[in-house]
Amino acid sequence: MKHLISVLVENKFGSLNRVAAMFSARGFNLESISIGETEDKEISRMTIVTRGDDQIISQVLKQLNRLVDTIKVIDLTRQPHVERELLLMTLKLTKTQQHEIFELINVFKGKVVDIKQKSITIEVIGSPDKINTTIDIFRPYGIKELARSGAVAIHRGE
Amino acid sequence: MHASDQTLNGSEIFIESLRRENVEYIFGYPGGSLLKVYETLYDVHDIQHILVRHEQGATHMAEGYARATGKPGVVLVTSGPGATNTVTGIANAYMDSSPMVVFTGQVPSSLIGNDAFQEADIVGITRPITKHNFLVKDVKELAATISKAFYLATTGRPGPVLVDMPKDILNASCIFEWPETVEIRGFKPTIKCHINQVEKAAQKIAASKRPLLYIGGGVISAEASEELQKLAIQQNIPVTMTLQGLGSFPGNHPLSMGMLGMHGTYWANQAVNKCDLLIAVGARFDDRVTGKVETFAPQAFKIHNDIDPTNVDKNVKVDLPVVGDAKNFLAGLLEMMPIETESRESWLAEIKVWRELCPLTYSNGDDALRTEFVIEEVSKQTNGNAVVVTDVGQHQMWTSQFYTFLNPRSIITSGGLGTMGYGLPAAIGAAFGIKDRPVVLFCGDGGFMMNIQELVTAVHHNIPIKIFLINNSFLGMVRQWQELFHKEKYSFTDLGESNPDFVKVAEAFGCRALKAENPDSAKAAIEEALAWNDGPILVDFRVVKKDMVFPMVPAGGSISDMLLARLNPKTMV
Ligand SMILES: Cc1ncc(C[n+]2csc(CCOP(=O)(O)OP(=O)(O)O)c2C)c(N)n1
Repeated sequence: MKHLISVLVENKFGSLNRVAAMFSARGFNLESISIGETEDKEISRMTIVTRGDDQIISQVLKQLNRLVDTIKVIDLTRQPHVERELLLMTLKLTKTQQHEIFELINVFKGKVVDIKQKSITIEVIGSPDKINTTIDIFRPYGIKELARSGAVAIHRGE
Repeated sequence: MHASDQTLNGSEIFIESLRRENVEYIFGYPGGSLLKVYETLYDVHDIQHILVRHEQGATHMAEGYARATGKPGVVLVTSGPGATNTVTGIANAYMDSSPMVVFTGQVPSSLIGNDAFQEADIVGITRPITKHNFLVKDVKELAATISKAFYLATTGRPGPVLVDMPKDILNASCIFEWPETVEIRGFKPTIKCHINQVEKAAQKIAASKRPLLYIGGGVISAEASEELQKLAIQQNIPVTMTLQGLGSFPGNHPLSMGMLGMHGTYWANQAVNKCDLLIAVGARFDDRVTGKVETFAPQAFKIHNDIDPTNVDKNVKVDLPVVGDAKNFLAGLLEMMPIETESRESWLAEIKVWRELCPLTYSNGDDALRTEFVIEEVSKQTNGNAVVVTDVGQHQMWTSQFYTFLNPRSIITSGGLGTMGYGLPAAIGAAFGIKDRPVVLFCGDGGFMMNIQELVTAVHHNIPIKIFLINNSFLGMVRQWQELFHKEKYSFTDLGESNPDFVKVAEAFGCRALKAENPDSAKAAIEEALAWNDGPILVDFRVVKKDMVFPMVPAGGSISDMLLARLNPKTMV
């Protein structure tokens, strides 16, 4: 099963490496990992997407906790949370498809961030599922390039 | 230099910090990045620097010292090759949870990342084999980093920590401030066990008809042998130990079952098979212990106490996890358990039958010299009171079987990593720490060659270790597997032709040396070696070439697959 894990780590050189290296050394699956500063400059938040049965996930959580640079490890999967991912995607732009593309961008609540004569770059924000769907739908129109941020997630407020 | 608030350079801060940590010995080797530290060390007399002959030797010495004394071992090596030479020793200490702090010199900060002369990313290299590691980026952080390093190495589950010190940091100056306390917010090991869990464990023990204590090295590092002994004896619970747990319970006590696992005793493994309650303390269900996990202790309710939560449910799913320090757990049980308990007579009688059915034996009565005899004889002559160090291989397993360990911190051996070459330096390190008990080393002729250079260190410091070289002219343990599982193709394991004359080699190093080729001369040589205290002494025991360690549970097999003796007698010597 897919798990979404939020990890607060010391905002220090090497913290990301320690986490990523632990996943590869122990043979855990690492679907995505994203990291950024938090409200406290000394602490970064990592959001990790991984897969495994209960036994594996429990080991993942314990191994994360064991790293000295990790301050808090939360498995968000079974708790109320918000999960978002950012997609940046450049599409081929042709006269005939132009109209449809703009319509789809609206449907997906996307934003045009750059437009050239033969290409258009859009951004879409949503759950990873929504991002998957977006990519599937746009694929027939000719995707030139795409980049995904990986999931970021946070507890829902009280 | 003891006052605070005075300006010191990085090298002086390094030394002053070691003083604050009560370091007695530094096992080290100099080099370009450490010139300033060695300049400082020249006038330091309250901390002794031991010059090794290879940095790997320094790490094993530090670990031997740590395991013998319980205090962290300290290593100091230069950047690049000096640092990379420590990798095996660090990995070894990590696998066996030994407290150790390794200081590496590093190229100047401004050159890091430039492929500078003697640069290696040792922090990157050792990340997966240290408990934690640090690159010091500012001289003002040096003292605090060192205090954190010692705290991490010795708190909770012990382990190696590395501190990488760039050359410019060691030359720069600042006011020396030693932190009064260490605070690491991401590191809060659970020492105290959850009381409800301990209570449940006590109830399970009280209700059990066939309980078994399965004890690992955690009991020794927690200094919990006394509690273990009280509990086992009070409650009549037989005790089996892992390689690292040997000595936590006296091997001559009727409740002692010896070692379990691949080369464990028949009766210990049978007891694992038949027990209704397995109480694992400070052990980690290693594959050399469990064999096939599905068939390990199949009838038992499993209690697992360990200080490291990642050990719980890692290899074997347990029924009652108790995270916390072994001493806290065992003391808690002692407090809760009634003193009047079942005699557990039928369970102990069952075990006795297994013990009599398949005791540990070896062929004797002829004039051939066998390792088992040598070890048993050393055990007798030292009354089980020696600090016994081993290398890796057959002789190591025989040591677990034929030396009767009576006290904790009596076996020092590479268990997790299985590092050949560990024994000699580890024995030297142990002897630096322990002066009132003999330190004996059992070492194969293969492994002895892997760090033989450290014989100089022992000679130079007049270290009275007894080097019992078990010379079977083979890489014995590999040969054993070749015989059993690889069609008797003795591929590159016969050292006979190429081995040097070890007596001459030792003498060339300035080490006294004897040779023994039969049981009588072996007995005499052991006596002589134990009586000799003017520096190291080596005995070259020419033992039979093709002996085998039994019993043996083949890798990944169940205990029921245990081999008790050689199937094909023609391969006997
Ligand atoms: C550094 C290292 N290399 C290889 C091995 C694999 N290995 C395990 S036991 C063994 C044979 C050891 O032979 P020897 O030192 O003569 O001891 P014996 O088994 O004969 O007692 C070998 C090669 C190892 N454990 N460590």
